[in-house]
Amino acid sequence: MFKKDISPGAKSKVKSSVQRTIRQKVLDTYPLLEPYIEDILPKKEQLDLVKLPDRVSLYVLNGTPLFFQHMDDALLPHLALVHRYPNAFSRLRIDRGAIRFVLSGATLMAPGLTSPGGRLPGDPADTEGRYGKEDLEPGTPVVIEAEGKDTACMVGVLKMGTGEMKKVKKGQACEAGHYLGDGLWTLAL
Amino acid sequence: MATESYPKTVIYCGVCTLPPEYCEFGGTTKKCEEWLEKNQSELHKKLYSQEALEQNLSSLSIEAQKRAEKDSQKKAAKAAAAEARDAETRASSKVLIKRIERNKRKYVTAVQGLEAFGLDIKKVAKDFGKKFATGSSVTKVPGGGDEITVQGDLSDDILEYIEDNYKDVPEDNIELVEDKKKKKAEQVG
Repeated sequence: MFKKDISPGAKSKVKSSVQRTIRQKVLDTYPLLEPYIEDILPKKEQLDLVKLPDRVSLYVLNGTPLFFQHMDDALLPHLALVHRYPNAFSRLRIDRGAIRFVLSGATLMAPGLTSPGGRLPGDPADTEGRYGKEDLEPGTPVVIEAEGKDTACMVGVLKMGTGEMKKVKKGQACEAGHYLGDGLWTLAL
Repeated sequence: MATESYPKTVIYCGVCTLPPEYCEFGGTTKKCEEWLEKNQSELHKKLYSQEALEQNLSSLSIEAQKRAEKDSQKKAAKAAAAEARDAETRASSKVLIKRIERNKRKYVTAVQGLEAFGLDIKKVAKDFGKKFATGSSVTKVPGGGDEITVQGDLSDDILEYIEDNYKDVPEDNIELVEDKKKKKAEQVG
């Protein structure tokens, strides 16, 4: 979505009623964020909306980008936020070989997740339960981590359910929404 | 993992802005490494130790390694080339401050070429307007490109302002020109 460098458009303040809806929406989409929501979206603070090209809006709090949204699609977290609260999102892991493709903005393919270095929910090698047990449906926003790295490298929406991925092991798995080093990442506010 | 407190603080590389783990995919690896060694020596030891490097390599098949190697070399070359090109345009491009006679004893000042130094001319125009309390706008030049038009004869003030505020622009590259509107004068005469 942000392969090219982008420049921010108009910045406006978000109405407090809208702010409440956003907060609710965030909680609905990412229930794991519940304990931290007061830190991320404090009730009293003024949230800003920055318009980006291609009908993407970015919610910014005091200069730190939090969530972005394409039209009325799901709210996706900015990677800086993911890095601060890595446990609060549904995560998948890719193998090392896939990192360089992801960082150049490619659509994530299923083999990167199903190979030994990758992790899907319910993976037997995942003893800590970091990646959850339940299979995820297509359309779920996920955070992509990488083999051997601590921080996440991509945020996207699943194109294929993780159950199906395990069976088919082919095809597009996850649309690249926002990755490290893309236009949104380098955006100066 | 579970005992860590949130929000987590993540260190970002000062060169490529990615988390340092991902510097190796950025194309400016060398510089990133130097930066890290200087600023975060602990993390540098962890990431660039012999073991870590070996481990990175061992997880890939030899063929994939080669491909990745080639790719990263290409990327590095590209980044270096882009930087060199950038520096060259910076060194060779000139900022023109033109004093244009609009009417007897009335002048406008046009500033060209600031965009080559990585400045957002829309913002600069706004700053000029604020600083000099005059009208200041971005206008299209017939030959292509944009220039900033400031009302009033401000060429010396603008020169000083640019020197003081935009350190990226070398002083020698700024040129003052006087431009009388010959066409109009001829028509009148």
